[in-house]
Amino acid sequence: MRPSLFQTVLFMDLQGFGHLLLEGAWVTLQLALCSLLFGLLLGLAGAAAKMSSSKVANAIGNGYTLFVRGMPELLLVLTIFFGSSALLMAIASLFGYDEYIELSPFVAGVAALSIAFGAYATEVFRSALQEIPKGQREAAVALGMTGFQTFRRIILPQVWRLALPGLGNLFLVLLKDTALVSVIGLNELMRQASVAVGYTKEPFTFYLAAAVVYLLLTCISMGGLYLLERHANRGYRGAR
Amino acid sequence: MNWSWDVIFDNLPKLINGAWLTLELVVISGLIGVMLSLPLALMRVSKRRWVQAFPFAYIFFFRGTPLLIQIFLVYYGASQFDVIKESALWPILREPYWCAIITFALHTAAYIAELLRGAIQSIPKGELEAGKALGMSYPLMLRRIILPRAFGIMMPSYGNEVILMLKGSALASTITLLDLTGMARTVIARTYTPLEIFLAAGVIYLIISAVIIALFRFLERRFNRHQHWPNEKPKDLDAQL
Repeated sequence: MRPSLFQTVLFMDLQGFGHLLLEGAWVTLQLALCSLLFGLLLGLAGAAAKMSSSKVANAIGNGYTLFVRGMPELLLVLTIFFGSSALLMAIASLFGYDEYIELSPFVAGVAALSIAFGAYATEVFRSALQEIPKGQREAAVALGMTGFQTFRRIILPQVWRLALPGLGNLFLVLLKDTALVSVIGLNELMRQASVAVGYTKEPFTFYLAAAVVYLLLTCISMGGLYLLERHANRGYRGAR
Repeated sequence: MNWSWDVIFDNLPKLINGAWLTLELVVISGLIGVMLSLPLALMRVSKRRWVQAFPFAYIFFFRGTPLLIQIFLVYYGASQFDVIKESALWPILREPYWCAIITFALHTAAYIAELLRGAIQSIPKGELEAGKALGMSYPLMLRRIILPRAFGIMMPSYGNEVILMLKGSALASTITLLDLTGMARTVIARTYTPLEIFLAAGVIYLIISAVIIALFRFLERRFNRHQHWPNEKPKDLDAQL
């Protein structure tokens, strides 16, 4: 006798597959944090390209955000995973190497997710950079700071505060998008749930359990973001 | 590597067929989603805590979990229960097409409800008070003031949501549907030209998004036409496109 819907939701019997889901959650977390790191760098580079005075850099920046934001993330994941192996094999065959080459799903996943994150982060960073008064940059120049010093000491701490709410939302989106990497076979949370389904034939139980883990991860990130925002705004509390 | 244009042109009719299914999924689930979001948003702005509880939990679940999990829960999960298998719903829940539409509709309804709630709460108080002063009942105010104003306010962000849904609809390919992404995957399984076909599909998605953006510019002006002069030319529309 299989458990009813009510029993499933109430007791959520994982039949010893709980550790599998936990391992998957750990991979999901690693995937999200790696993609966050590279995505932030791409976002800063994209914002720099869009705000640069060079027409070519502008075109690259605009093309990047336009194309990536108009393309489904799943398609991006598939393109990078399968496309990169076609590309790598073509390059390798130039050197006389004709075996099958494939990017690992983790690397392909990080590449796809950070490219997607970077495109949205570009817009967030750009609007945050525009908020910083010109006078501050000029003051830094007047004090004899170099370009990099100005960026690190004056611009970045303030951009961080202004961009944090937008970046936080993007991170929550990124966390959910990691599920797409299961399609190319990375053993993250979603795929581990599928594996458990294959053994137990109880799809609802395990996908629901995975959903609950995603909800927990979302809640933890929201708490973390709240603390980060409070820390970033510490100089502004009580003002106004 | 040999970049082949031929393989794109040969398979273009298939991709366009897939694009039609993508559009169908987005439009049908979008319409159902708007209808579902109305009661959710109205309950969400209620002053009573117990009325707020359901839409809060609903929105929290659908916005906090990946769409991929939701679609698997409906498509694979429903078959776990004999109650559902024996019910009249089973012929519908067996079809991937309807599972995709149901999931997308439930998913987008949560997002639209949240947009609608924000829009309803940002209607100037004076407009509602004016309605009350004229002796309008709640349903009449809803029909004449609250909803038309809320739709006008949320139109730009709703356009973004439709584009997110267009991108989300690619997940239909994971439950065997031959939408644009699904079609691209089947073509690639035969020709093994992933870069060409996936990029072609990406360009088709981009074109559809451009059409949606243009459509929502038009709708936005139409809903907020009281804010414009009658013969005013659309300002910098060309610049934005």
